[in-house]
Amino acid sequence: MRLINVRPGKPGRLLLLLLPFALLVLVYLSYSAQRLEINPSDKLLPSPAQMTTAMDNLALQPDRRTGEYLFWQDTASSLQRIAIGLSIAALVGLCLGVAAGAIPLFSATLSPLLAVLSMVPPLALLPILFIVFGLGELSKVMLIVIGITPIIARDLEQRAREIPQELLIKAQTLGANTWTLILRVILPQLLPRLLISLRLVLGSAWLFLIAAEAIAATDGLGYRIFLVRRYMSMDVILPYVAWITLLAWTMDFGLRGLIRLAFPWYEGAKS
Amino acid sequence: MNDTTPATPPPFIQVKNVWQQYGDQVVLERLNLTFAEGEFCTLVGTSGCGKSTFLRMLLGQEIPSRGEILLDGQPLQGEPDASRGVVFQRYSVLPHLSVLDNVALGLELPRAPLFGRLFGRAKRDVRDQAAAILNKVGLGHALDKYPAQLSGGMQQRLAIAQALIMKPRILLLDEPFGALDPGIRKDMHSLLLELWQETRLTVFMVTHDLSEGFTLGTRLMVFDKPRIDPDAPHAYGARITYDIPLNSNRLAARTAVESLPEHIVHSLNSAA
Repeated sequence: MRLINVRPGKPGRLLLLLLPFALLVLVYLSYSAQRLEINPSDKLLPSPAQMTTAMDNLALQPDRRTGEYLFWQDTASSLQRIAIGLSIAALVGLCLGVAAGAIPLFSATLSPLLAVLSMVPPLALLPILFIVFGLGELSKVMLIVIGITPIIARDLEQRAREIPQELLIKAQTLGANTWTLILRVILPQLLPRLLISLRLVLGSAWLFLIAAEAIAATDGLGYRIFLVRRYMSMDVILPYVAWITLLAWTMDFGLRGLIRLAFPWYEGAKS
Repeated sequence: MNDTTPATPPPFIQVKNVWQQYGDQVVLERLNLTFAEGEFCTLVGTSGCGKSTFLRMLLGQEIPSRGEILLDGQPLQGEPDASRGVVFQRYSVLPHLSVLDNVALGLELPRAPLFGRLFGRAKRDVRDQAAAILNKVGLGHALDKYPAQLSGGMQQRLAIAQALIMKPRILLLDEPFGALDPGIRKDMHSLLLELWQETRLTVFMVTHDLSEGFTLGTRLMVFDKPRIDPDAPHAYGARITYDIPLNSNRLAARTAVESLPEHIVHSLNSAA
């Protein structure tokens, strides 16, 4: 049988899914054990026990200075920033995308503008954001917004253009004006695309968040990682990275589920 | 052809010396036609001979490069509106709305310029009306389905119901049954003729299928290029080379039914 015709069964699929993760963990554990055997105070590849102790201090013991549970405080701050950033970016991106994709008169101005703006490296703007908005929450949220809004807007602009001309004409023969055409035809067709867009920019959003937190913050997952780097605390950094990954993956998974739940016609229309 | 005198009312649709060209390419030239209300015109011709272009001009999607099209003596609206319904071969129905909402939309949009939707009793009313017409085209069992869950023939039934709920004066069909199986196509023909008999619709239908053009139409128009310059194939456009009256008894029968008093027609229709 040719390779392209071999399909894994259900247990086989699960096995293949777990295999790379199991391998990664296994490789790490063996190297970690080797290094710790030679030098028990080695900090580079901490053992699971060391990581558990470090995380226990951060997540389950109140901080001696502030009395806060640092891990959960970091998580809450980061999630709040990314949620506000993503929401604003989604809303602004949707408006810009619809305007540029559906109305030729607006498109003439917006499309070239968006094309140029999306080429500005957001991290290069970070100093400006700090100068203008100060070192508080606003500049971190703004970095996420500025970083991903153009991507969402351009994606939705393109999707709006891909809506078949026939549908727009049909809606006009059904008595739609420009506003109701957008409201009842273009917007509902773009909403699932918006969620897909959000899924694709999740990675960038986290990148901008961590970058902003690394430079100026007093809490947050990114802040903590960069703080403990000074003490080479790999036993904190590694679980934090795993936790960030898990959070991002959960958001992605949730968005995928939301698309299926809220727009049952979308998957069906593609098949 | 143009024998209008001030005494008689202007013809329903009048096409006056219409040309359509894109750049150097002349698609249609010197079209002079009149159409009476209630005609069923089928447009046939080879690919790229401008029959769909003519349909798009009637729809208002395209504006003629020269000449004008008059509807009841008034220049035609330069953009699609509710007086002209349309069914395309593909993408005629909105994929994100259920079958019922696809049809109810046409009743909601003109009445709700701000929200694009109705609420409460008004909403229930339009949904009842939509369900009635869907029952008539044989989609009563699929009101809650999405178009993607319907077969091709069912989708076109939905598209026709959606166009007819607007009670348009003109129905434009651009190869509506081109993608359907022959058997399904037969069903659609009888549905379309039935709906045409019941309303005062004027139908324009583009088709590739000559026999379909002959069976359905009361007037068959053949688009072709009478002049071809081999060195400049785009220099001359297509004209209507044959304009054949068909099925005159059907048109007469319908006119006769129309002249009957309203209550008799109504009782006949409800009995059928």
